[in-house]
Amino acid sequence: MVNAIWRIGYAARFFAVTLAYSGTSFRRFGLTIREMYFTGVQSLVIILVSGLFVGMVLGLQGYDTLQRYGSSEALGVLVSLSLVRELGPVVAGLLFASRAGSAITAEIGLMKATEQLSAMEMMAVNPIARVVAPRFWAGVISMPLLAALFSGMGIFGGYLVGVELIGVDEGAFWSQMQAAVDWRHDVLNGVIKSFVFGVAVTLIAVFEGYDAMPTAEGVSGATTRTVVTSSLAILGLDFVLTAFMFRGVG
Amino acid sequence: MQRSSLDLWVGFFVVAGMAALVFLAFKVANLGAAFSSGGTYQVLARFDNIGGLKVRAPVKSAGVVVGRVEAIKLDTTTFEAQVTMNIDTRYGFPKDTFASVLTSGLLGEQYVGLDAGGDNVKLKDGDRLIKTQSAVVLEKLISQFLFSRAADGTDSKK
Repeated sequence: MVNAIWRIGYAARFFAVTLAYSGTSFRRFGLTIREMYFTGVQSLVIILVSGLFVGMVLGLQGYDTLQRYGSSEALGVLVSLSLVRELGPVVAGLLFASRAGSAITAEIGLMKATEQLSAMEMMAVNPIARVVAPRFWAGVISMPLLAALFSGMGIFGGYLVGVELIGVDEGAFWSQMQAAVDWRHDVLNGVIKSFVFGVAVTLIAVFEGYDAMPTAEGVSGATTRTVVTSSLAILGLDFVLTAFMFRGVG
Repeated sequence: MQRSSLDLWVGFFVVAGMAALVFLAFKVANLGAAFSSGGTYQVLARFDNIGGLKVRAPVKSAGVVVGRVEAIKLDTTTFEAQVTMNIDTRYGFPKDTFASVLTSGLLGEQYVGLDAGGDNVKLKDGDRLIKTQSAVVLEKLISQFLFSRAADGTDSKK
């Protein structure tokens, strides 16, 4: 128990130090670009494919329920609102945590186990500025983009199933969606959510890697903890953010 | 510093992500329509009962959306609901326009319907619509119907 609180405090100080040494990741933006390739670009396939299938399933299930009430034209509203508000940020965050977060933790943990981080310190290179901060910012930048791609792909999947396969009227599909989805209230709040999840997941990933026991067992344990903790963090934060954003206003 | 294939991929990723955001903003949330409307002017209306009318509900005239409900509050001197509406400046309405709270479909959302009057003077910013009709409250309607039936019943017995 005391150990858990100790780690939370250490993680908070680690976060502050990462922010303080973030200058390097923007002055030498190539470092961040390189990490964005590993976290963002390499997550593209899983994000796009999952988004497409989630959207297609939403289309099928939504149509099945809506047509009972004779309002299958509202399918576009159902698909787009559920993706933009919730599923886009949350599922993309969960996938991001297991695809990119675990890789970050394993990489930093292994660097620590093979004493590469200590070697950097010996050469007067700050490992937080050189290794941790670029990975952190790459994740923070990538996550909202991935969530937007997930939502866009999901809406396209819903369109494929709803309009092309089942035959919901195309005009009604888009116009009802455009009438119901609000730019600030729905889309922007979704982007804010995905940004917060990006900060949480990447911070957990770099911290678990940096704090890992420098053994093979320690690195594997840290990787598992990254996926578990960040998944729980995403779901918990999602509830808090949703409670703030959508309190029946409007 | 040299350009590498890695930069190309990251660039592609960022452009695709931005494109998805633009798609969400313009195709899904129809941000373009929000910009295309120019200014709005504000009119007030007092209703005895607004039913389930909500802020941001559409204001329609002849079925065309001409504005949105901006604010709803209770006027504590008359105990009426005071509804503030923003109406697109493209649409001018006569001063004696009739406002009513209507429901789209049987179970749909509620909106404010405007029926243009015959006055030559147009509504200005800050004007108040005098003639209003409240929302139909289903319970009241049913009880009225039941009472009238009961009254009919006693009449026929006489």
